[in-house]
Amino acid sequence: MRDPVADINGSVRGRAALSVEGLTMHYLTRHGTVRAVDGVSFGLEPGGSMGLVGESGCGKSSIALSLMNLLPDNGRLISGRVILGGEDLLAMDSSEVRDFRWRRIAMVFQAAMNAMDPVYRVGDQIVEAIQNHGLETRKDAARDRVARLFDVVGLARPVMTRFPHELSGGMRQRAMIAMALSCEPDLIIADEPTTALDVIVQDRILRELKRIQQELGMSMLYITHDIAVVAEVTERTGVMYAGQLVELGDTAQLFRQPMHPYSGALLSSFPSVVGEKRPLETLAGEPPNLIQPPPGCRFHPRCPLATDICRTVMPPRVEFARGWAACWHPLAGEEPDPELVAEEAARDGA
Amino acid sequence: MTGAAGVNGPSEALVRVEGMTKLFPVGGGLLRGPTGYVHAVDGVDFDILRQETLGLVGESGSGKTTVGRLLVKLLEPTEGRILFRGSPEESGQDGRESGGQSGWMVDTATLKGTGLKEFRRQTQMVFQDPYESMNPRRTVFDTVAEPLNVQGMGTRQQRLGRVSELLGMVGLTPPSAYLFRFPHELSGGQRQRVAIARALVVGPSFVVADEPTSMLDVSIRTGIMTLMQELSDRLGITYLYVTHDLAVARYMCRRIAVMYSGKIVELGETEELLSHPQHPYTRALLSAVPVPDPGYRREPVDIRGEATAAVDPPDRCRFYDRCPVREDVCRDSPHPLLEEKSPGHTSACYRV
Repeated sequence: MRDPVADINGSVRGRAALSVEGLTMHYLTRHGTVRAVDGVSFGLEPGGSMGLVGESGCGKSSIALSLMNLLPDNGRLISGRVILGGEDLLAMDSSEVRDFRWRRIAMVFQAAMNAMDPVYRVGDQIVEAIQNHGLETRKDAARDRVARLFDVVGLARPVMTRFPHELSGGMRQRAMIAMALSCEPDLIIADEPTTALDVIVQDRILRELKRIQQELGMSMLYITHDIAVVAEVTERTGVMYAGQLVELGDTAQLFRQPMHPYSGALLSSFPSVVGEKRPLETLAGEPPNLIQPPPGCRFHPRCPLATDICRTVMPPRVEFARGWAACWHPLAGEEPDPELVAEEAARDGA
Repeated sequence: MTGAAGVNGPSEALVRVEGMTKLFPVGGGLLRGPTGYVHAVDGVDFDILRQETLGLVGESGSGKTTVGRLLVKLLEPTEGRILFRGSPEESGQDGRESGGQSGWMVDTATLKGTGLKEFRRQTQMVFQDPYESMNPRRTVFDTVAEPLNVQGMGTRQQRLGRVSELLGMVGLTPPSAYLFRFPHELSGGQRQRVAIARALVVGPSFVVADEPTSMLDVSIRTGIMTLMQELSDRLGITYLYVTHDLAVARYMCRRIAVMYSGKIVELGETEELLSHPQHPYTRALLSAVPVPDPGYRREPVDIRGEATAAVDPPDRCRFYDRCPVREDVCRDSPHPLLEEKSPGHTSACYRV
């Protein structure tokens, strides 16, 4: 059995790789089928970190719920594979999934208050999780482990005996992280974990999360609408728009030279407190309705570079040095030749 | 007419706040009195200049929202005065005070009857959550026309014209496509545009905007920020812009006031304050803001502990418990006053 504190000192890096292939999921609503996630593929190397950014309704949280197998009743996984350490999560039955969840993948939610049971003491909830997953059988050993986890996330040990409502927002979020770490998962999914917090508390949580992730060698998928947070926390960045991943690349490179016009618009509409005060750009229009998404490139109704082909044909992935963008007219580099792409598509279809 | 000359001068105060304090009782019960008071706003003084946007920045619990509500008389101050400069045409001498080189300022606590009604027309508010601040069973027209009904302005036909004009102004065009829609048929950005139209329909001179863009996505947010600036230029509106986001305040505000635990701890021109922050709290707050540049390394955030509610705080610097540069003087003296440290830039700290 690994010990979290020993792991920090021994600096174990790299556990299991995550690979998401063609993930597609829908929500059935009375207005129609919402195509929330459409053919999303990405990989995450062991111990790597990736940010998933996008605006409300772009499907980023639905990806997290699909990975955790926690979709609501009206959510349907249509196709795709999610491979973690060689095992396909989506092919598992429910008891296998239950064992996998928290043991191999853990999640930190935005609303930490709702994720904890209000009538049990914070420490006891984590002790129970540890015992349920068979990491420690004896209660005092589990309690001891929780105490060390609290040290790791920067919570005073007496907080273990408090109830969730007695904790501040920042403390609750730390307790959630301790809970997520309790089973030493290979992958942590953080879905807007600091969105409801003030910046000073957010800064502490982000530093803590990044340090723990690196020192324990866990992979991290960090989901947020805040591109500034992603710039600081993750090595890779994926940009989501209307249910699709439109660009994926090294964070440093993507921020320096975004390839997809949507990524570019997102970056240039984001204010910063440092550096030159450049004018902010406004992106016209609003994201599309995903019951009837626009044909071709889903971004074309708002894209200043859109041409006829964007309105009719789905854009191909254009590869760059350390990433790709799905676009007919990427902001830098060579544009794909429509005829070659059409031939390729015909070959693939045959 | 009382001293109309210079009313449009650029640096004249439209709102003047003097020693404004708001206490909220805590504890106690049906028969017992309160066990203490939260000092939500504690003796603040500042001016809001005509046609400027003053940013009020702070974390949750700093009292910034309470200040906004006090200024539009949604709350009454426990102590202190709020002076508001009415338009020079209106008369009625009650409660009027000399407010500087021109015009008259009225103590808003003394307003009654028509004076109060006129104040309500002059001051409006835009709220954070466009989903909560609108009645789901009323159409856009009903919502935007409501202040006109309250003020008894215009016939129904005139109101329809005025509402359409405002919808056009806030970018909901053509207005006829929006007039009779319900809130659930609008996106968050469109709802916030409706909320702005509702605030401006009666032609106010002063608008308190409480986190008007913090619920919106980035690509929508910029549009609302730009719209508010355009309307300010075009209609000569003065804003108090309440926000937790320093980056947004940088783009919206001419001056920024930083609040901590019921006190204004620093106030200055936006770029000056951001490039030369003086108060240790402002420094900590500024260094905690994530920067959308992977190559940028922020300064470590230098602050102790966590914020606590200001229930009957001791008579010393309010930031003492968390301050990285505190000394004995900060503990042994009352909370420091705002002092000018460089032209137009004030901060409340014994150590700078």
